[in-house]
Amino acid sequence: MATQEQQSAIKGAKVLMVGAGGIGCELLKTLALSGFEDIHIIDMDTIEVSNLNRQFLFRRSHVGQSKAKVARDAVLRFRPHINISSYHANVKNPEFDADFFKQFDVVLNGLDNLDARRHVNRLCLAADIPLVESGTTGFLGQVTVHVKGKTECYECQTKPAPKTYPVCTITSTPTKFVHCIVWAKELLFAKLFGDKNQDNDLNVRPNNAASSSKEREDVFERAEDEDIEQYGRKIYDHVFGSNIEAALANEETWKNRRRPRPIYSKDILPESLTQQNGITQNCSVTDGDSMVSAMSSLGLKNPQELWGLTQNSLLFIEALKLFFAKRKKEIGHLTFDKDDQLAVEFVTAAANIRAESFGIPLHSLFEAKGIAGNIVHAVATTNAIIAGLIVIEAIKVLKKDANKYRMTYCLEHPSRKMLLMPVEPFEPNPACYVCSKTPLVLEINTQKSKLRDLVDRIVKAKLGMNLPLIMHGASLLYEVGDDLDDIMVANYNANLEKYLSELPSPVVNGSILTVEDLQQELSCKINVKHREEFDEEKEPEEMVLSGWTQSPATNGDNASTSNNENAIDVTESSSVAEIPTKKRRLSEFQPENHKKEIEKVESEDDDLMEIENPMVMSKKKKRV
Amino acid sequence: MDGEELTAQETALYDRQIRVWGAGAQRRLSKSHVLVSGIKGTVAEFCKNIVLAGVGSVTLLDDRLVTAEAFNANFLILPDENAYLGKTVAEICCDSLKEFNPMVHVSVEKGDLSTHGIDFFKKFDVVVIGYSSRATKKAVNEKCRKLTKRVAFYTVDCRGSCGEIFVDLQNYNYTKKKLDETVECELTYPSFEEAVSVPWKPIPRRTAKLYFAMRVIELFEEAEGRKAGECSLSDLPKVSKLKKEICEGNSVSENHIPDSLLERLVAGNSEFPPACAIIGGILGQEVIKAISGKGEPLKNFFYFDAEDGKGVIEDISNKP
Repeated sequence: MATQEQQSAIKGAKVLMVGAGGIGCELLKTLALSGFEDIHIIDMDTIEVSNLNRQFLFRRSHVGQSKAKVARDAVLRFRPHINISSYHANVKNPEFDADFFKQFDVVLNGLDNLDARRHVNRLCLAADIPLVESGTTGFLGQVTVHVKGKTECYECQTKPAPKTYPVCTITSTPTKFVHCIVWAKELLFAKLFGDKNQDNDLNVRPNNAASSSKEREDVFERAEDEDIEQYGRKIYDHVFGSNIEAALANEETWKNRRRPRPIYSKDILPESLTQQNGITQNCSVTDGDSMVSAMSSLGLKNPQELWGLTQNSLLFIEALKLFFAKRKKEIGHLTFDKDDQLAVEFVTAAANIRAESFGIPLHSLFEAKGIAGNIVHAVATTNAIIAGLIVIEAIKVLKKDANKYRMTYCLEHPSRKMLLMPVEPFEPNPACYVCSKTPLVLEINTQKSKLRDLVDRIVKAKLGMNLPLIMHGASLLYEVGDDLDDIMVANYNANLEKYLSELPSPVVNGSILTVEDLQQELSCKINVKHREEFDEEKEPEEMVLSGWTQSPATNGDNASTSNNENAIDVTESSSVAEIPTKKRRLSEFQPENHKKEIEKVESEDDDLMEIENPMVMSKKKKRV
Repeated sequence: MDGEELTAQETALYDRQIRVWGAGAQRRLSKSHVLVSGIKGTVAEFCKNIVLAGVGSVTLLDDRLVTAEAFNANFLILPDENAYLGKTVAEICCDSLKEFNPMVHVSVEKGDLSTHGIDFFKKFDVVVIGYSSRATKKAVNEKCRKLTKRVAFYTVDCRGSCGEIFVDLQNYNYTKKKLDETVECELTYPSFEEAVSVPWKPIPRRTAKLYFAMRVIELFEEAEGRKAGECSLSDLPKVSKLKKEICEGNSVSENHIPDSLLERLVAGNSEFPPACAIIGGILGQEVIKAISGKGEPLKNFFYFDAEDGKGVIEDISNKP
């Protein structure tokens, strides 16, 4: 196997690895063992305890340090004479432009989010450098090869959409625990501890005009001298009691549904909690300490234990009290973070109380944390296997062995006896707006949508552009950059607040916009179609973009970049795609050497898989 | 379930994998004892995987002295002559593995697989034999089978870009999810001896060629009195002749095993690290499955060939 030709291809190669996490650690090790001598690695993350079960280059003493740097040092210990360069940085930083990418022979991705994957895909296309892409979830994984003009690009196929739930399911008619989690996290937590100016659908939908919205708003305001526990009970009674009661008044809603039960704190909790356990006052933790925990002050130890309504209610009040007592400064600008213990406790408690009210089974904090944080299931073995497959493809790319490129799926259950299933890659999709520059169509109300809406919801959120520039004909409507003068910036800012039809060069039905990202070297055309009406539930953004792959929603380890204000987003960790059912093959001919072998063996053994049964890989998201 | 809870430290460290296999499986893992011998590339990968997963203990058996050749695909050996001089492969690998997970007890046993009696194997729940002769595999498998408790038995070999895993779980019960229901299943495995002496004629033609090719090489090495992996391209004519004889003996055409495949296997005395990572990964997964009793284990051979990229399960047993 290790032929002379192969060894020299490996030795002379300069490779870029993006990501030094689960796949990255395994990949860097396997590259070094395989004889690669010039490896560059980018990762913006630092090491956490929950990485140590699989990112074997890291130790407990490394927690908090740069993944890229520690991984480099660890691999140099067993291969001291190779060159590894580490970058503790975001791959989306402007210094990593197409010129930077051009110095490499192949780029290998071990990323955990769609947003960065798309960005790297575009830079590889711009620099014309082959990309080997990968992803794992639990026991499932896949490796794909993307070579400009030869195989499809990463964005040629629609990626599984992040799961969104209709607003009314979340606000009024939850049927699953995840609905309660979304409610607790995106609505209640955001309302109490997040930005007060954000729109929030927390209250029962305005079917009942009985109480004015102003009155309700006031419930969430805490008066300066208001006792924290009293305040907590007031919130509790409002969201779990009177809000449910108000919703029940709308008989239409409950005709075919199970009626929820209003829950009031006085029926669950004793008169006063402070006397009973006196926790908050005695707590010795300092203000702003992120280790503040309601669980520990209540003496709850096992996060995998299922707590009842009473314990969840105690946890709710306690967590809320601790936020006001110990982390007051952060209130008003908190967003939910799965690594924030107190936030997880609060969201777990709130979701469970709501679940109880709606007759939905309760969940442990461990389970709730996984759902709320979109935590990716991960084991070392799958990452090791996938890393091995990446190196095999990378070597083929270096040898320019295009007929042998494969995309490979790692399965949990065998399919046609196979646990590792190679498939011939697809050709580029001629309708892809990224690699084939096919125009997109945008339906939008040009009289009611501002340029800002277009920039935020389409250009950034959906097209995944970092530093966009928007042109209408010869007229520049908007751009971002360091080299702009004040007049231009003022000009663009003014444009942002204008309706599309009122821009200096009016954008109306039939207008064609050119949208570019200079860093990604991506340019695409958008045909604008004016439309008056949009479905509030199905098209909450009031814009419909067609011919585009799903929005960049991140999972687990990275900060969310979704700026979806109206629809409620829950991202499933969708790094593993479906096995495609189409047969858009790269080539129809058999590679020469396969031919020979087949003749000799008179075998019906097919070297290439043709997928007969569409196998959906998305079973992956088992709830524990 | 098992009465004991995971500690807060375990829950934090194993968070991501508990979400895959559950706390019960994690507890069973932490109480299991694994014996590993023949620590070359694939086995080094395997050891890393089960130490990270958090088994109770790993016992290493490999008395070879560390030489430059041993680093080839083994990242557990640091190329520092001062550190490894005079030490065995097991000793050096033990030091590296301990660092990966302080909660796992990693230790070294001296001696050779064949010198250890039945009682030695009683201490383990899992025995993994890397790169051993046909005779040793057979002997150890028999010893494991004589014990009253079930010891899960595995062999693993990697030659060049190809690899083989053999599994013997004797009689094995496991649960699997079927349409949201948990079903009890039972599997009966043949011994190593039985599995490698199945007549070739009735074996389906689509079966991985590697099964046959590996048997030929094994028998060649046995006949020549060599250690596992001790062959080279110059042996090809002899290997090819033996193949012909074996094929005739089994009444199958000698085209059953392509010479090109045999050529790759005899030439593959240095391991291909990506294949080691893949085979060591599959083996790790299988051992974790067997210990935790969760998920369908493979029965009874697994093959990977980097040339076509397929990872295939073959069930080769004398069906009644």
